[in-house]
Amino acid sequence: MEPTTKTETLDIEGMTCASCAAFVEKSLSRTPGVQRAMVNFATEKATVDYVPTQASPASLKEAVLNAGYGVAERAPDTSAAERSAEIDRQKALAYQKLKRRFWVAVGLAVIIMPLSMLMLWPAMMERVNMQWLNYALLLLTLPVLLYSGREFYESAWNGFKHRAANMDTLIAVGTGAAFLYSLAATVVPGFFTSRGLMPEVYYDTTATIIALILLGKVLEMRAKTQTSAAIRSLMGLQAKTARVVRPDGAEVDVPVEQVQLGDIVLVRPGEKVATDGLITEGSSALDEAMLTGESLPVQKQPGDAVFGATLNKTGAFRFRVTKVGADTMLSQIVKLVEDAQGSRAPIQRLADKVSAIFVPTVVVIAILTFVLWFDLAPVEHRLPLALVNFVAVLIIACPCALGLATPTAIMVSTGKGAEHGVLIRNAEALEKAYQVNTVLLDKTGTITRGEPAVTDFVAPGQDTARLLQLVAAVERQSEHPLAEAVVRYADAQGAGTGAATDFRAVEGKGAAATVEGQAVLIGNRRLLNDEGVALSSALSAQAEQLLAQAKTVLYVAVAGQAVGLVGVADTVRDSSAAAIKQLQALGIEVVMMTGDNPQTAAQVAGQVGIARYFAEVLPQDKAGKVKELQGEGRTVAMVGDGINDAPALAQADIGLAIGSGTDVAMEAAGITLMRSDLRGVVTAIELSRQTIRTIKQNLFFAFIYNTLGIPIAAGLLYPFFGILLSPMLAAGAMALSSVSVLTNSLRLRAFAAH
Amino acid sequence: MDTTAFIVTIAGVGLAAFVIWYFFFSARQTASAVSTSGGVQEVAITVKGGYSPDVVEVERGKPVQLSFYRDEENSCSEELLMPDFNVRRDLPAFKTTLVELLPQQAGTFTFTCGMGMLRGNLVVK
Repeated sequence: MEPTTKTETLDIEGMTCASCAAFVEKSLSRTPGVQRAMVNFATEKATVDYVPTQASPASLKEAVLNAGYGVAERAPDTSAAERSAEIDRQKALAYQKLKRRFWVAVGLAVIIMPLSMLMLWPAMMERVNMQWLNYALLLLTLPVLLYSGREFYESAWNGFKHRAANMDTLIAVGTGAAFLYSLAATVVPGFFTSRGLMPEVYYDTTATIIALILLGKVLEMRAKTQTSAAIRSLMGLQAKTARVVRPDGAEVDVPVEQVQLGDIVLVRPGEKVATDGLITEGSSALDEAMLTGESLPVQKQPGDAVFGATLNKTGAFRFRVTKVGADTMLSQIVKLVEDAQGSRAPIQRLADKVSAIFVPTVVVIAILTFVLWFDLAPVEHRLPLALVNFVAVLIIACPCALGLATPTAIMVSTGKGAEHGVLIRNAEALEKAYQVNTVLLDKTGTITRGEPAVTDFVAPGQDTARLLQLVAAVERQSEHPLAEAVVRYADAQGAGTGAATDFRAVEGKGAAATVEGQAVLIGNRRLLNDEGVALSSALSAQAEQLLAQAKTVLYVAVAGQAVGLVGVADTVRDSSAAAIKQLQALGIEVVMMTGDNPQTAAQVAGQVGIARYFAEVLPQDKAGKVKELQGEGRTVAMVGDGINDAPALAQADIGLAIGSGTDVAMEAAGITLMRSDLRGVVTAIELSRQTIRTIKQNLFFAFIYNTLGIPIAAGLLYPFFGILLSPMLAAGAMALSSVSVLTNSLRLRAFAAH
Repeated sequence: MDTTAFIVTIAGVGLAAFVIWYFFFSARQTASAVSTSGGVQEVAITVKGGYSPDVVEVERGKPVQLSFYRDEENSCSEELLMPDFNVRRDLPAFKTTLVELLPQQAGTFTFTCGMGMLRGNLVVK
């Protein structure tokens, strides 16, 4: 029996020519256990088949190193899921560590606090040696500083070396100053008493601040993991294995990473589709909600595209793999959401500018606070007062709240959008969508389905069911979109099937075939003229009527007699009217544009409740109409299909592309709607409004918190009300402020589309 | 004002001036990208309380590969943001994370940590 082999891909470094590649290949091939090695110079990748019992990735790497080249540590296509799993693992570890540090700080702080308050009971004080008590407190505080708070000092120092200052700098300087003062008061109390000062210690302050800041960090870390929950659940949708049908008919379960383009994959009911492809055999209903937000299962037949991570509901089918790895729809969605989460919202600009200078500025304010208190306070109290206020200023300042205000909200809302099939390209798109007051809809493909459907079947004095059966038999042979519409209609009407022979398609005119011994023609008027079929005046009049309604008319002739008409038109989606009503309820004016004549435009507009429309707009003039509306001082969202409407989408303040489900990353559009209907527009605008509102609340809070907190901590209220802020309270406020901002952003998770 | 207060005032103002100069005006460490044979401009950046180097010069129109090695566990640096390139990346501790981009326009583009405290600049020429 042949041993099973594994395939490994290595990124080779340092190859400068094709002969290097040959050399690496030779070296790999000679490694025991390697069955086949292929090195591609252009992609700098080696693909190696090996027997796992005799070789390993490590021995393969060694072979490459022996040949004098390097192996890049990064796996070639570490999937996003793997990367995030590693990061999650690290984060979980860091969280555990942080919690331990927090509990140590809390445990010691609750002992230090009451011991420090002994001085409140003079009776007790008489029995305790002050000096010893201070040493005991020092011993208890040291672990808080060196274990729980170590990271702050390290980080502050590392930052200092880089001329960078962060939140840790503030905490380190603040607690460090309090601790060093206390240390001096403990070790050399004589220095203080000789100058008429009480050798006071602030061990409780130091320990409590560290405990509270760590509490803030614990809460923050917990909340932060939730901001990216959506994208993690998206990645988690990926199927782990695929059932590949080998050319010999054997069915093998293989890890999804090993599925190759062109493989045939079998999917049974209840299983996840492994990757993207086209159905070759069988049909089923698939739940695509995870990708498109559409809750109803979608019926699929041979030739239809299926997407990885969707759920197969009813039937078994086979599909040919057309996309793997990073090219799949799911990966593209994940990438798009990741990109959006990395983007910066214009609204954040001010906060960014402030963050950049925040910490050094606060340090300067704290130093000046110290100086002012020292100069102005009564001599016997000036040092402790200066110190306490210096520490309070450093501790209360919270750059985190500013830094977290926008990105956390963007992260939650882009993830939430993806859940609803609304893909937001970047934060700017979200902000633009918030400002929109006019939505311009391209009729075809947005309000309407964008595909023809039979609206009328006219056959005066005929057996319509039988006629439909004849017509359908011919059209089944045809691939024309109009023919498909007729077939769909016939199927929906339950028309039986007949066998058509002698089928011929007449280019640009229609089709003909023999069904049940009768010659059947279906096509436009020219087809009938060419075939010498005369049209009765009654049919002619009805045709005129259909044409007046902007419908396409197909003429049917059986055995040389014109007997019927088929009216075909683009139909309005069921959801359009409701979605437009919701948009109007949001205070947005909805405008329609179409290439149709004014009557048709008026009819469709009336049907869905639109008051203003542009008719007879040529494709090249669409962008001009957007401009026209913008000229009226409107902020315009253009909704189109993303391909024909690209210039108009680009011209609009924000473009929303209604996806055909093929290309996720439509360049011209700021927002892509995975579900092909207008409800996504409503979701996008509602989501953007809630998000920007949240961001504004966050920024307002962060700015107000710091602009009020810092002066109060500096003692601004003291001259008027005698109020001083204890550094411990400052620490509590600071810990809560960033958590509040995060919690506010997380409220967006409750967003639900109507 | 007694002598001590006078000394404290002078020292304090001097210290404040030093902080402003040190964080805002002192010279920064600059590095230019090294181009590989494949035309990719590579720069290695160590992340530890900041980015070293924190000013990176690259040429326009050529792909850039920044490899960030995060040499600490401190949570401040766990995220990397390059908003102009739509990059938000988690940097695992003690690992190298590659960021690839193609600068099309000249200019100075800031990269920061998740909260905008640690900063570096990508200067595209």
